[in-house]
Amino acid sequence: MSTDTVTTTDAPSTGRGDDAPVLEVTDLTVTFPGLNDTTDVYAVRGVSYAISRGEVLGIVGESGSGKSVSSMAAMGLLPDHARITGSVRLHGEEILGLDDRAMARKRGRVISMVFQDPLSGLTPVYTVGDQLAEAVLVHDPKTSRARARARAVELLELVGIPNPEQRYRSFPHEFSGGMRQRVMIAMAMANDPDVIICDEPTTALDVTIQAQILELLRTAQRETGAAIVMITHDLGVVAGFVDRVLVMYAGRPVEMGAVDEIYYSSRMPYTMGLLGAVPRMDLDRQGALVPIQGTPPSLSDLPPGCPFAPRCPIAQPECELAEPDLLPIGDQPSAEFIRAVHDGTPAPASAADDVHDTGVQRSACVRSGEIAENAWTARDIYPVPEIPDTPVSAVRRDDRAEMLRVAELIKHHPLTKGTVFRRRVGTVYAVDGIDFDIREGETLALVGESGCGKSSTLMQIMGLERPQGGTIEVMGQNTAGLSRSARFALRRDMQIVFQDPMSSLDPRMPVFDIIAEPLRTHGESPSEVTRRVYELIDLVGLNTEHATRFPAEFSGGQRQRVGIARALALEPKLLVLDEPVSALDVSIQAGVVNLLEELQARLGLAYLFVAHDLSVVRHIADRVAVMYLGRIVEIGDTHSIYTRPSHPYTQALLSAIPIPDPEKERARTHIVLDGDLPSPANPPTGCRFRTGARSSSHSPRTNRSSA
Amino acid sequence: MSTTHVSKEHLEAPAAPPAPNRLKDLGRQLLGTRRVIVGLVLLALLALFAFLGPLLSGWEVGERDFTDMLAAPSPEHWMGTNETGQDIFTRTTAGLRKSLLIGLLVAVLTTGFAALVGSFAGYFGGLVDKGLMWVADLALVLPNFVILAILSTHFAGNGGWFVLVILLAVFSWMVTSKMVRGMTISLREREYIHAARFMGVPPHRIILRHILPNMSSLLIADATIMVSAAIIGETALSYFGLGVHARRQPRRRDRRRFAVRHHGWWMFAFPAMLLVVMVLAVNMIGDGLRDALDPSSKSRRS
Repeated sequence: MSTDTVTTTDAPSTGRGDDAPVLEVTDLTVTFPGLNDTTDVYAVRGVSYAISRGEVLGIVGESGSGKSVSSMAAMGLLPDHARITGSVRLHGEEILGLDDRAMARKRGRVISMVFQDPLSGLTPVYTVGDQLAEAVLVHDPKTSRARARARAVELLELVGIPNPEQRYRSFPHEFSGGMRQRVMIAMAMANDPDVIICDEPTTALDVTIQAQILELLRTAQRETGAAIVMITHDLGVVAGFVDRVLVMYAGRPVEMGAVDEIYYSSRMPYTMGLLGAVPRMDLDRQGALVPIQGTPPSLSDLPPGCPFAPRCPIAQPECELAEPDLLPIGDQPSAEFIRAVHDGTPAPASAADDVHDTGVQRSACVRSGEIAENAWTARDIYPVPEIPDTPVSAVRRDDRAEMLRVAELIKHHPLTKGTVFRRRVGTVYAVDGIDFDIREGETLALVGESGCGKSSTLMQIMGLERPQGGTIEVMGQNTAGLSRSARFALRRDMQIVFQDPMSSLDPRMPVFDIIAEPLRTHGESPSEVTRRVYELIDLVGLNTEHATRFPAEFSGGQRQRVGIARALALEPKLLVLDEPVSALDVSIQAGVVNLLEELQARLGLAYLFVAHDLSVVRHIADRVAVMYLGRIVEIGDTHSIYTRPSHPYTQALLSAIPIPDPEKERARTHIVLDGDLPSPANPPTGCRFRTGARSSSHSPRTNRSSA
Repeated sequence: MSTTHVSKEHLEAPAAPPAPNRLKDLGRQLLGTRRVIVGLVLLALLALFAFLGPLLSGWEVGERDFTDMLAAPSPEHWMGTNETGQDIFTRTTAGLRKSLLIGLLVAVLTTGFAALVGSFAGYFGGLVDKGLMWVADLALVLPNFVILAILSTHFAGNGGWFVLVILLAVFSWMVTSKMVRGMTISLREREYIHAARFMGVPPHRIILRHILPNMSSLLIADATIMVSAAIIGETALSYFGLGVHARRQPRRRDRRRFAVRHHGWWMFAFPAMLLVVMVLAVNMIGDGLRDALDPSSKSRRS
């Protein structure tokens, strides 16, 4: 029963049939009982998987799908009030229900975990080395302190911390996010566990650091031979890294199979939609993304049938009757059978009793057989919106009106010391002389990793004040010489959409007032405000009755739509988008990206799109500017940047992004940069990328090709 | 396109519904909460009692009944008398009147002033912050009780109680304003504040419309605590023979009474009970208001 998956690691390819699975989870359910009159939350409903040594299993799902809770349950880390049923076997031994003391002996030695947030995973008051040594000592108290210390240094070296001897004495806050995650991985590896559960290990990190961490996890697997359970929402990370994939939706596995099967021949509409919703960095003209309508159901109030049925474009009446089981393709009961069972006819014993993980592709959709026969793809079953071309795209770029021009923009923050006698001890070069311009109806994407100065640039532009150095011209007007009233008038033409839809809307204001605020501020009459607000609510795809609700009552995607409606209220010509989709789930993100593209085409907007996600950027942008340590290292039209990146940093950035396509991903060689970003307070002399560059021979030229 | 299809169908019938009215909605919600109703009714009853009580009783505030000194409640004296023969009922209503006025007014003034000072200091930062917080620090260092004592005797007279309200408010806003300032500094960096700034909303409107409503829970809690603090402050002054006109003392105190107190339970039981009811009522209204203003609060109907 050996799988035909190609393992990406050098680990000896183990036939799954020979040895017993290391970790076997069977029919696991987790319920959080409701307090007082609230209903129970069914967080996990029947998860089964088995994983053997050296295997990598990816658990994929959107937020709230129960992927983290299921692994926390396996680790015995859930609070006591959670009701857990089913079975979790580690080397054949049942560990569910073991008391905490017995569990503590297993954790770290047999099964260990890498968490998402490396900052809260380490105690701030102990040195990193001591915490690592403690992880060794806890499971083997007889080891001498010196041995434990030596092992800790060895581990630090293994995970690629430079100068491990000295860094042993560092405290967690002296490490960057990526370095801390390395320490967490070292800790997970410390006792050669058989299973490592990674819960979104790279979500909080930049792409180039993510590439490093994934590389490191491969090393960890090679060193320990452990099985890895990789929990993530990022379909790209999974593609190149795992052998098998388990897709979860609303607390239930909806499809499971080898990674190639899932990516190339998914038989579950949800997985298909999810894959179609991902913007692809490797495709030039992808067209509109596949949006999945609606939002995931509430885990305390699930529909009786398939939980995905309300959002599914090919749902049948039978889908609403009973929840389909996870069965091999073609084994799903027929529609007549489901109706018969639903009507009360005694059902013959079905294959549903077999909840064990058998290794073949299985999908929880009654129409999976049909999908397989017709070889449908996401584009066949989902209605894909058509996005018209921007009317101005016919005009030559040089002839279009200039919306924004930034020249030699500088923003330095002084670093000071002392309270009474302040003295300047240094400078943070947040923005250090950047130039770009945006023409009518085009999208310029400003990309870069955290700390590169993207946000500082935005704040400078949106502030409409005189910059520290350089000039900002909005609609041809220099912001340095603006009068108060001219500045106020200019705000009409330029609005912003923020990253976090949670904090960008005032929680105390109903949606109507939020959208009406810019209109009222700019002195529109009450009747005009009312008319315009409802027009905007409709424009961004919300319903009229949403007007009286508060932001907390909306999902992330809907909130972002409210944010977009507010930004559009004054009919701006330029919209600044500060990572507008990075906080959203993939299926929701697709809807918002499509909306942005549609709005641009209909209203002729120009976008300044700030992002770190290069896949979204390729999808939406006409031109791209890559920022590194306060400078633009490369600027040009999207096509040439993505196909012929000339700056080594751009090359590394593009190479670091995982592609949601297993074959392509395996064939790629990633340029993995060494180390972290230099601090913007102490940039390297000469070329800023000098320290990060692997190739020593490159000239800092910019790819200034005009569209 | 499909993103807007769904909503368009919904929108066909009503072209443009009227703008929702937040104030009306808030009022309806407040009156729909039982706690608020109970609190308001209690407060109204107390006010009624305080203002109509003297008319019902046959005794004047300063009047003494030399035949009935330190007497237990009786048909003649509904709440008994003290050791100088003054009618407790009349004295309680008189004291309650002052306590209601002083407590509620001081609470509203103090919290309002603290909110304004704190939020302006926090929002603008720099020199404004330094200046305002310097004043707050100064006010904190001053021996406020002594100053109150001296000034209140100076202003004792007919409008004296209002001067006392102002004085009490002037000396109790500082701590709250510092809390408000801290919260403002953290709220100032929220994206919705940036958004409001970038759409051209002037600073004072940002403070009033975005910053203060988002700390309304704190302000309401502070105001309800302030009610009892103000009453206690005023009572303490009266205890030393200062405060409001000496003949109209708040109900709970007589100056030299420690020794006598346990002789006549009625002398403090009735006034204390009324004080408790009053603070309870204010707290109930405060709770209801907080829930009504907070959209994420659980008791709010959705």
